[in-house]
Amino acid sequence: MIIASLTIDQVQAGLSARKFSAVELAQSALAFAQTENPKTNAYLHFCPERALAAAERVDKKLATGEHAGPLAGVPIAVKDVIVTKGVRTTCGSRLLERYVPPYDATAVVRLEQAGAVILGKTNCDEFAMGSSNENSAFGPVRNPVAPDRVPGGSSGGSAAVVAQGTAVAALGSDTGGSVRQPASFCGVVGVTPTYGRVSRYGLVAFASSLDHIGPFGKTVRDTALLLETMAGRDECDSTSAFAPVPNYTAQLDGKVAGLKIGLPREYFEGLASESGDRIRQAIALLTKLGCEVRDISLPATKYAVPCYYIIATAEASSNLARYDGVRYTTRANQDTLSGMYRATRGEGFGAECKRRIMLGTYVLSHGYYDAYYLKAQKVRALIAGDFQKAFTEVDAIVAPVSPFPAFKIGEKVDDPLEMYLSDIYTITGDLAGIPCMSVPCGKTSEGLPVGMQILAKHFDETTMFRIADAFEKAGGFAGSN
Amino acid sequence: MKITESQVRDVADLANLNLTDSEIARLAKDMDEILTHMDALNELDTSTVEPMAQVLYQSGETATLRADEVIPPLGNETALANAPLAGAGYYKVPKVIER
Repeated sequence: MIIASLTIDQVQAGLSARKFSAVELAQSALAFAQTENPKTNAYLHFCPERALAAAERVDKKLATGEHAGPLAGVPIAVKDVIVTKGVRTTCGSRLLERYVPPYDATAVVRLEQAGAVILGKTNCDEFAMGSSNENSAFGPVRNPVAPDRVPGGSSGGSAAVVAQGTAVAALGSDTGGSVRQPASFCGVVGVTPTYGRVSRYGLVAFASSLDHIGPFGKTVRDTALLLETMAGRDECDSTSAFAPVPNYTAQLDGKVAGLKIGLPREYFEGLASESGDRIRQAIALLTKLGCEVRDISLPATKYAVPCYYIIATAEASSNLARYDGVRYTTRANQDTLSGMYRATRGEGFGAECKRRIMLGTYVLSHGYYDAYYLKAQKVRALIAGDFQKAFTEVDAIVAPVSPFPAFKIGEKVDDPLEMYLSDIYTITGDLAGIPCMSVPCGKTSEGLPVGMQILAKHFDETTMFRIADAFEKAGGFAGSN
Repeated sequence: MKITESQVRDVADLANLNLTDSEIARLAKDMDEILTHMDALNELDTSTVEPMAQVLYQSGETATLRADEVIPPLGNETALANAPLAGAGYYKVPKVIER
């Protein structure tokens, strides 16, 4: 059995043809993942007992002819900021090194109910704060495509396991690009759904007005299937949307002729030349498929980075206040309560979390609130308004994901502002709350993957998936170089 | 200069965060650079713009009240399982009231 290249369809076909059982697949996948993991450090820990128990349930259903679910037997990995009952969830932080959650995230429950088999938890930037996975307390992840380079972040481990083939699909989280950017760096598909589409119950909070759970897969169809399985209203998350969840996979017919696609000119200035070439070739392919491509403008784009880093850090400083040594496993012993808070946090958080807590506390503090936080909320309205206006003229928007392909480990780690600026093309989608995804569109001359981003209206993942799927079926993932 | 080391110490105090001297020096430099970059927002006239406080305010109601039904809670023991220090069914912390 070749694990590395399996897609969800192939798992289903193999199971129904009795080529392998779900338990056999889980055992092989675990053995393969454990052998390969030292090359990338993409998994932080495995949960073989849970995986085998899930696989046994699938086999039992298959044996009795019961429907075992759309994800029956599919080995997946879950980013370690999404809680799993009884399985350590560290958020890439020393502070939660020993934290064992007492409940499961809703997304995890829904995937397991559909038959998915969770192999383990993936590495990430501490509390999902970073664009390179270098901020993990448990060491960086190496990009499976180029081991001296980063896999992107913050869901670097989830992108890497799919690229490496040590999981068929994976869950990540996206607050400013943390699914799409690593997907583009590793050459896989990554999806950020509409804000509220997937319940965040059990997603450890970073910036609550921006946080999303999203899937990674090798194919558009795999990510669409994962999303339709876990999406939809959840009583446990008051921000989860009531909007009905369409059957995305049933609508992937490869027909996109006549769809209007906007190219925002602000996203093509200052793009690394080879990445730009790949995106332009991808756009040419979409034109060939019958899409009507036109230039559009999203004028507030240049303000997105400062806007995002005010709102995200403000919310982070509030959300991370809970790690004070009282409740979550790690405590620095001190004589006073205040001393305990300060020492626990000072010793526990890594440099990037401290930087964001400090920025967030500053922009929310007395005398600065109006100048920073309130101003940023107004600019956010302008950014969202730009998209709203654009979507009266076009059905979807196509843009780059990152200004450049995967960079070398250590290359940007000393310049936080430069790292923040690299998020320019992905944070806008999160600020507006619209669905967006990254699909591979070829490689640079050095063999580094480039991703193309597709953005759509609120709750219109269907159009986004249909364009991505038609692009994939036309051979767009391989590019034309 | 947007921020001095002494202001960094004040913010760290608000954030309940112990920082070393070298962390403070580094943060003063980083925060100065980032806050200066954030000043770009002042180029925009937002006097007539409503702040975006809800992400999906145009996409229908999401906040509702659920039915007031009793559901089984986690239970005391499970809820305290991750406590660094627990006792008598509570989280224990250093003494805050002298008597």
